[in-house]
Amino acid sequence: MIKLTINGKAHQLDVAPDTPLLWALRDTLQMTGTKYGCGQALCGACTVHVDGTPVRACTTPVSAVVGRKIRTIEAVDSERVGKVVQEAWRKLDVVQCGYCQSGQIMSAVALLSQNRKPTDADIDNAMSGNLCRCATYVRVRAAIHEAAKALA
Amino acid sequence: MSEIIIENLSRRRFLQGSAGLTLGFCLPAVAAAAAGKLGAVATVNTEINAFLKIGADNSVTVMSKHLEMGQGTYTGLATILADELDADWAHVRVEGAPADAKRYNNTFWGPSQGTGGSTAMANSWDQMRKAGAAGRAMLVSAAAKRWNVGAAEIVVRDGVVSHAGSGRKASFGELALDAAREAVPTEVKLKDPKDFRLIGKQAKRKDSAAKTNGTAQFTQDVFLPGMLVAVVAHPPQFGATVKSFDASKAKAIKGVVDVVQIPQGVAVLATDTWSAKKGRDALSVSWDDSKAFKLGSDEILAKYKEMAKKPGLIAANKGDTAKTFAGAAKVVSASFDFPYLAHAAMEPMNCVVHLKADGCEVWNGEQFQTVDQGRVAAVFGLKPEQVRLNMLYAGGSFGRRASTHSDYVMEAAHIVKAINGKAPVKLVWLREDDMRGGYYRPLFHHTLEAALDGSGKLVGWHHRLVGQSILTGSPFEAVMVKDGIDHVSVEGASNLPYAIPNLLVDLHTPTDIGVPVLWWRSVGSSHTAYSTEVFLDQVAAAMGKDPVALRLELLSEHPKHAGVLKLAAEKANWGTPLKAAPGERRGRGVAVHESFNSFVAQVAEVTVKKDGSIKVDRVVCAVDCGTAINPDNIRSQVEGAVGFALSAALSGEITLKGGRVEQGNFDGYPLLRIGDMPKVEVHIVPSSAAPTGIGEPGVPPLAPAVANAIAAATGKFLTKLPFNTTELVA
Repeated sequence: MIKLTINGKAHQLDVAPDTPLLWALRDTLQMTGTKYGCGQALCGACTVHVDGTPVRACTTPVSAVVGRKIRTIEAVDSERVGKVVQEAWRKLDVVQCGYCQSGQIMSAVALLSQNRKPTDADIDNAMSGNLCRCATYVRVRAAIHEAAKALA
Repeated sequence: MSEIIIENLSRRRFLQGSAGLTLGFCLPAVAAAAAGKLGAVATVNTEINAFLKIGADNSVTVMSKHLEMGQGTYTGLATILADELDADWAHVRVEGAPADAKRYNNTFWGPSQGTGGSTAMANSWDQMRKAGAAGRAMLVSAAAKRWNVGAAEIVVRDGVVSHAGSGRKASFGELALDAAREAVPTEVKLKDPKDFRLIGKQAKRKDSAAKTNGTAQFTQDVFLPGMLVAVVAHPPQFGATVKSFDASKAKAIKGVVDVVQIPQGVAVLATDTWSAKKGRDALSVSWDDSKAFKLGSDEILAKYKEMAKKPGLIAANKGDTAKTFAGAAKVVSASFDFPYLAHAAMEPMNCVVHLKADGCEVWNGEQFQTVDQGRVAAVFGLKPEQVRLNMLYAGGSFGRRASTHSDYVMEAAHIVKAINGKAPVKLVWLREDDMRGGYYRPLFHHTLEAALDGSGKLVGWHHRLVGQSILTGSPFEAVMVKDGIDHVSVEGASNLPYAIPNLLVDLHTPTDIGVPVLWWRSVGSSHTAYSTEVFLDQVAAAMGKDPVALRLELLSEHPKHAGVLKLAAEKANWGTPLKAAPGERRGRGVAVHESFNSFVAQVAEVTVKKDGSIKVDRVVCAVDCGTAINPDNIRSQVEGAVGFALSAALSGEITLKGGRVEQGNFDGYPLLRIGDMPKVEVHIVPSSAAPTGIGEPGVPPLAPAVANAIAAATGKFLTKLPFNTTELVA
């Protein structure tokens, strides 16, 4: 049994220790907001927070996150920065297909938690691991600035 | 939630009598049963017509017959209907319609339901307006009867029906049941566009909330009791088949339940995705490659270049090109190479199939209902109507989920058949399966020649294309392949808008290339816009003319092309110098193209560094897509199209070696990342014409505009995609 703390709640999972956190979240717990895109930490669709740091759940074995605080898109609005980012995303209608957006938002929240006034370059750097095939990047940038304004 | 469907004979007459409008659908038996229970049901959605349900809670549910894959269709269709209904936008929600070509066909496609060709708004415009207006009229009639007042005195606004004289008011929800009993009007009065309250305004997306909190349902997110996940070992070359396989190690993996052979390969079924993947990794398959396609993409291209030396089938012919070129004072020529491209949607292909006693249920980002339904039915020996399709959000598609051969849907159905339907199955393609699964934008080779006469005038144009047909062998062949010419191979080339008196477009369609090909966002225009618009700049350079001025001269009979071109040029300050930092070269380039009846011009500003690397700084776009239903969504689609097209121009390329696809994931097939995304400005030409599409038309002009900007900066025209920037080293 693997014991994980996700969004403040303790879970016991009967999965192999090498199981990526992504599949434990999705298939075992049916927390499907976190998405599969590549399986190799190349696209960022599976981004979650581990102790506040964005990590790619598809290459993170569950054994590596035992005893650490995991946060997913499902609880992103439980803290102010997450709520503000989500609101900015909605205000600017950032999404298109939406499949990558959980990951985009998790990366944006991590950025704004560290840096309340990011420049375009800071944004490009922090968001460089998150692919969006619909190329919503213009609005991702704008929404992060919008959220920064609301947090100021 | 249960639904009441009320039999209404006049509604059926309306259904029969109005072309393109499928209002009202009722099964008498169901309706009679529902009518008997009317009094007992309090919280119901009343079906006003095939596209509209009104809830007792005042919710207005718009049924979308089209797939939402990011392009904003759910919001667009709801905007049209809700405006004519005078609904409160906050109460409007959207549901995916079931597969039912009688009610939900694409009115441009005859008796066929599906989404593609940027037709969703265009084919639904009248239909959704009438559905909304009919619903409104029925609410008004019901209120008039209830209040015993004249219908003409009743006002509807933001979901409230009111009568000023008596001071009476009712919400949609309060009137819904009575409204459904009203006769469906045979004629409806549509709004004067000046009275639109949602169309052309800023109606917010209906899917933003669900797509920002993780609750949006994609096929990948479907879980059914007892469901197994299947990961499939596919042959390494197209056309190879299973010779034999050893599943003993795969079956030893915890969670693996079954391993079965299907026509597409060997499927490993497990209780979860990770176990299925581990099972597939442990599987040993030997493949029979006797019928496999074994050429590499370099060999395919070499073959096409050879074919291009001979005349092809004529797709367009005007004047006398042979004579014109024979007498030309100057001939400009160029050739262009375009690679295979993967759609690479963020959600890899997947499909859930559940075989039941009385039929089959499918969950899919469903883009081709009629085609997929028929094929799945055939696998199980069912009637098409016994296959229920649930259309979920698609995590991108760009054409991939509109598979001419229902490829991945059939794969899922065959797995379920192979296990005798003992469990529902979610087929999951891992990224590598998706990348190597074929159905690419076809590889093309183009040659172009232009003839200038003694006075320097452009008098002749010859465009030859070589590439596989998408439609041959598909259900659309009969309609869209004429005299050997696949329309989508030459679209954008055979209808060149420029006034050139002598024009010849011919096509070679190789039939011995075993790589499956498919439409990829903007289809033929994804390559024809590039070759025509870059070549035209080469011709302009040879003539010593400004690219915008030359285009405007040649577009005298195409005011919409000219309109967007002028607007983009003006907004981009065309003709003013661009500042460049020391050691950098900068240039501006333009392209204009019509696709799917929409017109888009783009001006790109590009910086080329000493090492040849390029940065697209800004793209100014002008679009004419008729009535702008959701202006913000038009901007959003064009912004995204710029990024999508730039991704292909900078790095998009699927290559084969010995028939094997060399790329597997985003390391080998890199997609555009945020740092390379230019600033994008989108200007919309005001129009009261019927709406045309915007999902695709932003794509075609981008790459040629960027290439022309690179040429303006460096003097070098890039004729091979993706761009080889080593050609640009200073």
